[in-house]
Amino acid sequence: MTRFAVKATLRATNAPTGPLGRTGARMAREAKLDGHGTWIGASVPRKEDGRMLRGSGRFVDDVERYGALHAAFVRSPYGSATVNSIDVAAATGIPGVHHVLTAADLDNPYLLAVLERDEFVPTTMPLLAESEVRHAAEPVAVVLAEDPYAAEDGAEAVEIDFTPRQAVTDLDTAPTGPNVHSGLADNCLVDLTMFDDDRLDGVLADAPLTVEAEFSSARLAALPMEGRGCLAEWDDRDGQVVLHASTQVPHQLRSGIAQALGLPESTVRVIAPDVGGGFGLKCVVGREEVVIAAAAARLRRPVKWVEDRQENLTASFHGHEQHYAVRAAFDTTGRLLGLAADIRCDVGAYSAFPFTCAVEPLMAATELPGAYKVPAYRARGRAIATNKPPTAPYRGVSRPQIVLVMERLMEKAAAALDLDPLEVRRRNLISEGEFPYTGASGITYDEGSYRESLDLAEKTVTEAGWYSERDELRAAGIPAGIGFSCFSERTAYGTPIMAQRRMGMTPGYDTAHVRMDPTGEVIVTTGTCGHGQGHETTFAQIVATRLGVHPDQVRLRQGDTDLAAYGWGTFGSRSIVIGGTSARRAADDVAAQLRRIAAHLLEVDESDVRLMHGAATVRGVPGASLEIAELARTAYFRAHTLPEGSEHGLEARGSADPPGTFSNACHTVLVTADPGTGAVRVRRYLVVEDCGVVINPLVVDGQVRGGVTQGIAAALYERIRYDGDGQPNSATLMDYLAPTASEICPIQITHLETPCPYTEDGAKGMGEGGTIGAPAAVLNAVNDALAHTGVAMDHIPVRPEDVLSSLSRPLATVGGT
Amino acid sequence: MKDVHLISLSVNGNEHELVVESRRTLADMLRHDLGYTGTHLGCEHGICGACTILLDDQPVRACLVFGVQADGCEVRTVEGLADGDQLSDLQQAFSDRHGLQCGFCTPGFLMLAEAYLSEADSSADPESVREAMASNLCRCTGYQGIVEAVCDVARSRHPAGST
Amino acid sequence: MKPAAFTYHRAHDVREAVELLTELGDEAKILAGGQSLAPMMNFRLARPSALVDITRVPGLDYLRHDADGLRIGALTTHRAVETAGVPDGFRVLPRAARWVGHYPIRCRGTFGGSIAHGDPTSEWCLLAVLLEAGIVLRGPRGRREVPATEFFHGFFATAAEPDEMIVEIRFPGAAPRAALTEFAQRQGDFAVVAAAVSLTIEDGVCSAARLVLGGVDPQPAVVDADQALVGRSANETTWRAAGELAAESIDPPSDGHGSGAYRKRLAATLVSRAFTEAATS
Ligand SMILES: Cc1cc2nc3c(=O)[nH]c(=O)nc-3n(C[C@H](O)[C@H](O)[C@H](O)COP(=O)(O)OP(=O)(O)OC[C@H]3O[C@@H](n4cnc5c(N)ncnc54)[C@H](O)[C@@H]3O)c2cc1C
Ligand code: FES
Ligand code: FES
Repeated sequence: MTRFAVKATLRATNAPTGPLGRTGARMAREAKLDGHGTWIGASVPRKEDGRMLRGSGRFVDDVERYGALHAAFVRSPYGSATVNSIDVAAATGIPGVHHVLTAADLDNPYLLAVLERDEFVPTTMPLLAESEVRHAAEPVAVVLAEDPYAAEDGAEAVEIDFTPRQAVTDLDTAPTGPNVHSGLADNCLVDLTMFDDDRLDGVLADAPLTVEAEFSSARLAALPMEGRGCLAEWDDRDGQVVLHASTQVPHQLRSGIAQALGLPESTVRVIAPDVGGGFGLKCVVGREEVVIAAAAARLRRPVKWVEDRQENLTASFHGHEQHYAVRAAFDTTGRLLGLAADIRCDVGAYSAFPFTCAVEPLMAATELPGAYKVPAYRARGRAIATNKPPTAPYRGVSRPQIVLVMERLMEKAAAALDLDPLEVRRRNLISEGEFPYTGASGITYDEGSYRESLDLAEKTVTEAGWYSERDELRAAGIPAGIGFSCFSERTAYGTPIMAQRRMGMTPGYDTAHVRMDPTGEVIVTTGTCGHGQGHETTFAQIVATRLGVHPDQVRLRQGDTDLAAYGWGTFGSRSIVIGGTSARRAADDVAAQLRRIAAHLLEVDESDVRLMHGAATVRGVPGASLEIAELARTAYFRAHTLPEGSEHGLEARGSADPPGTFSNACHTVLVTADPGTGAVRVRRYLVVEDCGVVINPLVVDGQVRGGVTQGIAAALYERIRYDGDGQPNSATLMDYLAPTASEICPIQITHLETPCPYTEDGAKGMGEGGTIGAPAAVLNAVNDALAHTGVAMDHIPVRPEDVLSSLSRPLATVGGT
Repeated sequence: MKDVHLISLSVNGNEHELVVESRRTLADMLRHDLGYTGTHLGCEHGICGACTILLDDQPVRACLVFGVQADGCEVRTVEGLADGDQLSDLQQAFSDRHGLQCGFCTPGFLMLAEAYLSEADSSADPESVREAMASNLCRCTGYQGIVEAVCDVARSRHPAGST
Repeated sequence: MKPAAFTYHRAHDVREAVELLTELGDEAKILAGGQSLAPMMNFRLARPSALVDITRVPGLDYLRHDADGLRIGALTTHRAVETAGVPDGFRVLPRAARWVGHYPIRCRGTFGGSIAHGDPTSEWCLLAVLLEAGIVLRGPRGRREVPATEFFHGFFATAAEPDEMIVEIRFPGAAPRAALTEFAQRQGDFAVVAAAVSLTIEDGVCSAARLVLGGVDPQPAVVDADQALVGRSANETTWRAAGELAAESIDPPSDGHGSGAYRKRLAATLVSRAFTEAATS
């Protein structure tokens, strides 16, 4: 038995006393301790779980400060209006209210997100509205009081005189409607035509088959269960404003605050405590966060703001409201010859900092071809301003829509040509032997399993009897359908790829710092900022493997701008690829330092030293071994015994900036529709996915299932609605239908592993795939279920009402689903 | 003048006495007056269930009860589930089945599941468990790990009743 | 989403509750399970000046069957109804309980609270109207019983005076063949449309029927579908025809959960399904 296993057993014996006891024992059982000591690929139980399960997680509203004031924002009741005057007198007289601040009190600060492109119109986003409000719930003033109750009392008492104006609330009327920002022509913030291929018009004109179609998707809320929120305080000792914030991007938030308030970045410290989900909502900078920081800095008193659900649904950021008009040319065998797309995104009233409102149209135009070979391509992408809240890059960012477009096109072409839609997909998918493949939009795809995943999905569901189940249901009078979607997902955008967007700040790289302490325990610090993805566990697996220690001995420190070097946070499925690779590189460096010390102490060659199971051993010398903890002790406490010129301490920094890597998957779903109510139920769901080397299957499966659930939600349930005056009609969770366990079925997952060529561990990003693939698969399944009606459904969400009207059956029918 | 009341209650067996304003919800009182921050607030209108606690053994939304109403009552929150560092069977099952990601909904699901599992007719049938767990919202997990964890515990706690 | 200030008063018996309501004036409200009132207060859509908490009033938590029918105490929770053993003729009540919100909501929300709240899709309001229950009120002027059919006056408005308290709901007659069914996109939500029906079948022929719809009017809507039902044989065709007739005779509103036209179609389906269930119950 290895020494390492003995250690684990000891932990198990001590189980009742130590929090890590049971965990340690199970890890030893489950880890792939195959002689190489690797933790990669093991379902290591999550280090985060214990505190969350005990209720001792620390979310931002759990952080208390003596004497803190609580903020409530006074928000616009109108979609569009002029602000004539603000009277705070009554509000300041409310018991418990301490201050009411308006834009003027804070010197009219604003956030400005820029894109260095002529096609982009920059607009400032005031932190508090000055003379105009551009969407309902836009913040106009902030009330600070002794508790949140009194703060709301105060907010009700602020009297604002508005002159309402006509609001612009949809894509179709926006070009001719009143300007959301004065002088903004056609209400268009971005208008890009990309990859214009001269041949395309000819291809479209001459092709045997041209499919023309329009697709649309509704406005969505990311809806993390914890809303946004922050606690700011002035630290007089450090001369800093310290902001605890529920954010995915602490450094970007720090930059936003510094830019908006004209402060040196070093005078702002942002700390993300435990974050209750983000999904992109928290990867931009909110006006409220900056206002709270400004207030605390001015008043020298802690100020807390916790977003409530109504604000979260009406006043934070939305996403995914898009419309596509597409023409696609096919030959008679179903091969795609060319594609032209006109893409419009309803981005709301402002550009979110720092990504801008161009994220959705740019992503859509660049990545529409997806997993398919498109020989000739052109896309026009527009960001249209409306009197609605701004948009943030909600999970998936345009890819749920572009996958839906491509997958519906495959189905439509197959129907028109009377071909098997899966065969049409196979003819167009980038396939083995073609990687690395560079597509029409200049993207290079690394190796994936596009066809293999489709083949495996089809085989799996056929063998599992989905088709016969569908046919039996149909025979019983219940509309049933099976839908597929094939897609690839670019993850881990490094700076070279991000630079193509030409943002004022280009994200991409990241860094990590690894330090072993004198007892052999390890602290990893990263600029990524996990919030549910299990980074404390997966980063520990990566680093523990390199250093030959147990993951329990590796602790991750993230989300603190004073601890970590500038990092870009966690979004865009980047963390394991970019942050994980950085951590691995730093760990390799520390491992080399350990090997040098061991080589010196054991008097062997450095290249013969291996770190594994908690010890340094020597190849070919069975007896020679030193505990890693002993090496650490030596490094710190007996440095004089090391050769002259040795580094002091045991630490290193690593960084990574990969070009982006493509995960891929095939989703398959079986749905039924209730012929009497039109309600669609998802009955079976299969994901065959390939995210390269899986670091922790438990975590990966969790990401997939959660993602699919959000995709099903987008396909069937969720929709943020505004009326013609710009009034929100989805301000509660009774109106915004986030699905419960009853609406979701078990999701079966199969993994294929095509290693990523750019990362040492071979891992690809995978945080968004579930959300990306599900809407298309579900929509295809609904269309399959309705095939007999001749109705084609090309929008999401598909509402029961849509299904029922297309079923156009006699009113009453028996039997439900 | 604030309308305040002097009340006493027991939380996880600890006795507390405090003065609370009438309008303060039980959730805010537990979190901010008594420090039981494991009870979370995700909607404050009864839908998400992040605030679910046991009030005199009944599962309730702590956002829809006023603190003053808990006078003389016994409250159980997530903090009372583990025995020191030793997780309860239910907590352990949530970890084993990956029934949590960000952890924000977790306390509410645990208390909901505790209530469900204490009912005489609680079953390990996945459909029944799904229906009971549909009382709360989780945005991260897709519910599968949660349902599996509760099924596991239903089976182990009621070996006879399981099917 | 924090409620506005109010004064809190705990009543220890019905008399004290009524006295408090009288004393505290029209802006005072009863607090029962709080499952409707508290969310509205958190949104500040309701801002009572005072709350009279009746949750500790003893003796109002019961289901009792006697010569006058089934009596349900105002503080009986939805969950208690769901799990109660009731005589055969009243089985529709526990069966319908599973449609009321979610399990924790049912553990706290009360029968009397639902009736007092008067939501037009509330299962209990529909069944009270369907089964011609009596709503027993106590006020400063004494006790009175208002027929459920006259109790609901439109969105959240009822025949109860601000100083009156509901103490009991009395279901006078058994309805062996009755059913409630409804549709919402998500489990536990308020119904988009709900249908409650009762039926008498003699020799395979429907001899009497009653039908109440929720979600199509500001209050539970009694729909007369006798023409499609009475004297017809008790079978699917009849139930379907009743559904069609019901759908034709309503003019429901549109909102984000469904257009008026969709609600009509839902009504047709749900009525037909409810009759099917009632006929086999
Ligand atoms: C998430 C969620 C889902 C729900 N889904 C449903 C559903 O599907 N169907 C459904 O019917 N309900 C649903 N409800 C509401 C629930 O049923 C409530 O319990 C019920 O409507 C009110 O009962 P309560 O005891 O909670 O009353 P409270 O909320 O305390 O009071 C409601 C109103 O009635 C008054 N009142 C209460 N008791 C009395 C009395 N004895 N005499 C006079 N006035 C009184 C109060 O003053 C108040 O105006 C849901 C609630 C939630 C939070
Ligand atoms: S916070 Fe109480 S149910 Fe959502
Ligand atoms: S684990 Fe994040 S909401 Fe459930």
